[in-house]
Amino acid sequence: MAVEFQGGVVIGADSRTTIGSYISNRVTDKLTPVHDQIYCCRSGSAADTQFIADLVRYYLQIVQHNEPPSVQTAAALFQELCYQNKDYLLAGIIVAGWDKHNGGTIYNIPIGGSLHRQPFTIGGSGSSFIYGYCDANFKKNMSQNEAVEFVKNAVTLAMSRDGSSGGCVRISIITEDGIERLFFPGNDLP
Amino acid sequence: MDHFSFNLGKPRHEMTDRRNIFQVDIKPRSESSTDPITRTQRPIVTGTSVIALKYQDGVMLAADNLASYGSLARFKDVERLYPVGEFTVIGASGDISDFQYTKHLLDAEMVKEYYINDGHVLGAPHIYEYLSRVMYNRRSQINPLWNAYVVGGYHNGEGFLGYVDLLGTTYKSSSIATGFGAYLAQPILRKVVEGHENTLSEEEAINAIETCMKVLFYRDARSLNKFQRAKITAQGVEITQPYSVDTEWSFAEGQ
Repeated sequence: MAVEFQGGVVIGADSRTTIGSYISNRVTDKLTPVHDQIYCCRSGSAADTQFIADLVRYYLQIVQHNEPPSVQTAAALFQELCYQNKDYLLAGIIVAGWDKHNGGTIYNIPIGGSLHRQPFTIGGSGSSFIYGYCDANFKKNMSQNEAVEFVKNAVTLAMSRDGSSGGCVRISIITEDGIERLFFPGNDLP
Repeated sequence: MDHFSFNLGKPRHEMTDRRNIFQVDIKPRSESSTDPITRTQRPIVTGTSVIALKYQDGVMLAADNLASYGSLARFKDVERLYPVGEFTVIGASGDISDFQYTKHLLDAEMVKEYYINDGHVLGAPHIYEYLSRVMYNRRSQINPLWNAYVVGGYHNGEGFLGYVDLLGTTYKSSSIATGFGAYLAQPILRKVVEGHENTLSEEEAINAIETCMKVLFYRDARSLNKFQRAKITAQGVEITQPYSVDTEWSFAEGQ
C-alpha cells in the first residue's frame, strides 16, 4: 500500500511470496526502486512484476533529461507495459515517489492496466481485508509518523487475515530529502 | 437469466461449477509457440450504465463515478464522461483501461485534425463514425475494446446522440442507455422523450436523468449514488461536479 502525507509518500508491504500454499520466500522485499525517489509496490506474479520493474528502471536510466523523471512518467511507463500486454500478465503495481513539481504522488495500476491517481491506495490479495479499516482511518495531510503508523497497522491487519500475506512489514518513506527504509520483524508487530 | 456480468459480449458458456457460482473457462491454446495468442479478454476494472437523452436545447448524458473490480466498488472518483472538443462528450461503460486507451486515441485524433489546419474540427458525428470504425476493427481481430460508448454532442444546429459498443454495433436514437440502464432506464427515458425531443425543457430532462440514476442506484448492484451530468448545447459542453440524488428508505421501517 501507499499513502500520501505532508511532505512525501509512505509505502509499505508484507514479505511473503507463495507458490500455491508453500511460502517460497518469507522475507521478500516487495518495495522496488525504479529511480532515486520513485518506488513501486509489486503484487501478483513475482516474475511478471520483477521483469516489468526492471524494464521501467532501464527506460528511466536510458532516457535522461535535465531533471529526474516525475512519478507520473514512471507510472505511464508501467501502464503502457501492463495495458498493452494485459493478456499475458498478472501484475498489480503501485507506483509512488517524490518529484519536484508534484511532491509526493501515488498511482495504482490494477490488473487490467488502467491508471488511477489516489491520495492513498492498497493492493494485493491481503488488501481485500483492510478496505474498511483504511477507509475509516485515512486522513489527508497526515504527519510522517501518523502515515507510518497507518501503513504499519493496515499491513499487519491484512497479514493477520490473509494466508497469502505474512512475514515482516517493510516500509519506505520517500520525501524531498531522499528515502528512508524501515523494517518491522514479524515477531514485533502490533 | 445470466447473472455473470462478465458475459456481456462473450460467447455463451454452459459450463459452470455445480452451484452456479463460478464459470469454468476453457481457453484455447495455440499450437504454434511462435505466434502470439490473441484472444478475447475479459473486462477487469469496469464502469456501469451510461444514460443519455435529447431535449430541446441539445443533449444530456449521465454516468456515475464508480469503477468496480468485480463486485468490489474499487475507485469512487472516476469520471466516465469525457469531453472531446468543444461540442462532444463521450460516456463510457465497460473496461476502464480500454476507456483510458480510447481517450488517448481520441485526443490524438483531435490533435492530428487540428494540425491539418483547414478550419474543420471533428464534431460528434465524426467522433461517432471514428469510434465505430475502431471498435468494429478491434472486434474483427478478436481483440475488442471492451466498452459501450455513448457519443453525445451538438452539430449543425441540432443535438446528436449515438451508441457504439465492443461488437461494433452502432445506432442513433433520442434516448440511449448502456449496461443495466438499457433495461431499467431506457423505458423511463423513452416515455419522457419520444415524440417530445423538441419540446422537452432542460428541467424536465434533468428530472428524467435523476429519476433514472435513482432507479439504477436502487437496483444495480454495481452502481454508486455519486454521478455527473453533462449538457451539450449550442453554447458548448457543461459537465457538472459529482453529486447525489435523494433516496427513500423510510418506508421499509417496521416491515
